[in-house]
Amino acid sequence: MISIRNVSHKYGSQNILSDLSVDFPKGKVTALIGPNGAGKSTLLSLISRQTDLKSGQITLDDVNINDFKPKDLALRMALVTQQNGVESRLRVRDLVGFGRWPQHQGRPCAEDHIIIDQAIQKFELEDISTRFLDEISGGQKQRAFIAMAYAQTTDWLLLDEPLNNLDIRHAKTLIQYLRKLAHYDQKSIIMVIHDINYAISGSDHIIALKNGKLSFCGQTEEVATSNSLSSLYETSIDVVKHGDRAFAYHHNAI
Amino acid sequence: MVKHHKYYLYTIVILLALSGVSIMIGVGDLSIDNPKAVELLLLSRLPRTAAIILTGISMAISGVIMQLLVRNRFVEPSTTGTTEAAMIGLLIVAIWLPSLPIIGKMAVAASCAVMGLLGFFQLTKNIPPEQPLLIPLVGLIYGGILGAIGTYVAIVYNLLQYLGIWITGDFSGILAGRYEFLWIAGGLALLCYWVADQFSVAGLGKSMSNSLGLNYSQVMIIGIGTVAINSSLVVVTVGILPFLGLVVPNVVSRIMGDNLRETLPVVAGLGAIFLLISDIIGRLIRYPYEIPAATVFGVVGALVFLRIIFARHSHA
Repeated sequence: MISIRNVSHKYGSQNILSDLSVDFPKGKVTALIGPNGAGKSTLLSLISRQTDLKSGQITLDDVNINDFKPKDLALRMALVTQQNGVESRLRVRDLVGFGRWPQHQGRPCAEDHIIIDQAIQKFELEDISTRFLDEISGGQKQRAFIAMAYAQTTDWLLLDEPLNNLDIRHAKTLIQYLRKLAHYDQKSIIMVIHDINYAISGSDHIIALKNGKLSFCGQTEEVATSNSLSSLYETSIDVVKHGDRAFAYHHNAI
Repeated sequence: MVKHHKYYLYTIVILLALSGVSIMIGVGDLSIDNPKAVELLLLSRLPRTAAIILTGISMAISGVIMQLLVRNRFVEPSTTGTTEAAMIGLLIVAIWLPSLPIIGKMAVAASCAVMGLLGFFQLTKNIPPEQPLLIPLVGLIYGGILGAIGTYVAIVYNLLQYLGIWITGDFSGILAGRYEFLWIAGGLALLCYWVADQFSVAGLGKSMSNSLGLNYSQVMIIGIGTVAINSSLVVVTVGILPFLGLVVPNVVSRIMGDNLRETLPVVAGLGAIFLLISDIIGRLIRYPYEIPAATVFGVVGALVFLRIIFARHSHA
């Protein structure tokens, strides 16, 4: 379990997170949702120690994350950030291979190569595995970075908007795949996600932030209601049932 | 899997061939019946060729390391004020510590180069990497300011001649006993190959390095140390060789990519090859007189540099 306790964070004088306390459950897919500027990405970067924690405490299985050595933390959690467009000219296979860095520190062994091959297969990158990162599409790149995080084989997988640039089939496959990882391999997944339907259908647990504070959290089917989502995003969202599955209907105003 | 053996093979074959040519060229007679031929070979020809190869290797490696650490394709010691800082170090030695042995001179120059590099990192740390031309622009201005300081000090202390020697990289003065420090650069090249993967990971950016648990500050220390020592070694023994550290890594990156474990041998070899060619041209074009290798490479390098910039723009 990752526990956030009384965490506040500021950029300049602006409060991004204020006195936030919430738990990310183990072995589940947790969707981190909320309107733009709610502090989702900041929370993710504090958990993964990309940004220094100034106030409050974050623990991973009751150990303060600041007590982990960089290498040990890299063996516990992998992170996929939003791509900013500046890439090394690496081949896809080399990039995925760097996901094994925490384990092999630059000297990969046979086991590393097996896992790299699996990751490439799993995310359908075989055909482009020898292409350079700056010569493939945004969606392919996104999958390559997720495959890299997968190859890191950590218990925790943190993804910042993993569906960016993915077409419908790949988005669906990814979400299904993340659920499998959680339910069969006991991996814990946190994903920042904007598509509310993927959040509802793809997650076991939802944590909703608004203005740096917790708006609501809990099991997805219990907390993802018309009322809670409408007030979270300040626009009308109808959660309707389609068969036995919930569906957020929000295009009616257009 | 991508095989790079052919690139390694080409590099080695061309390097050996050019080394042979480089050794054979010169005013002195190197034929078998000249009794002084062996002496000429050992005192002048071999040292010169070795110095060219070591310099080419060290400049190319400095360039590729800086490009990965800064995550910008247009930086190298001469576009970031590093060589100018090393030169200021040499002026300090010439003015206040003239009796220092050459290793001491090198140490002062390297320390100044480290400070110059730290200044550059400080200046550019808030420039977004999405603006690829802004960083070298700032670096060039910064280098220009440091160079101007150096020139002013040199004028005041009447040392402009010294500056002239350092500014244009030239191998005509290389003799046995005057280049051996460059072997340090060879050692540093091996060290860089040993930790090549760390530079590649650093090249993925700070957040990725972080999440992979890379010891970022250690990589920075090795990188900055290598670049500073290499730059000052080259300035002290040969003089400034602009563009080399820029052109070579860019050419290799186009063909082979940025995985330094695979590309470093080719980057190093190609650096030596380009410099050997420049030196050979410089020696032949006005035979028996010489044009400095830096001048020859400056012309070719500037053209390749422009080509890279334009190619990049049409690509993006």
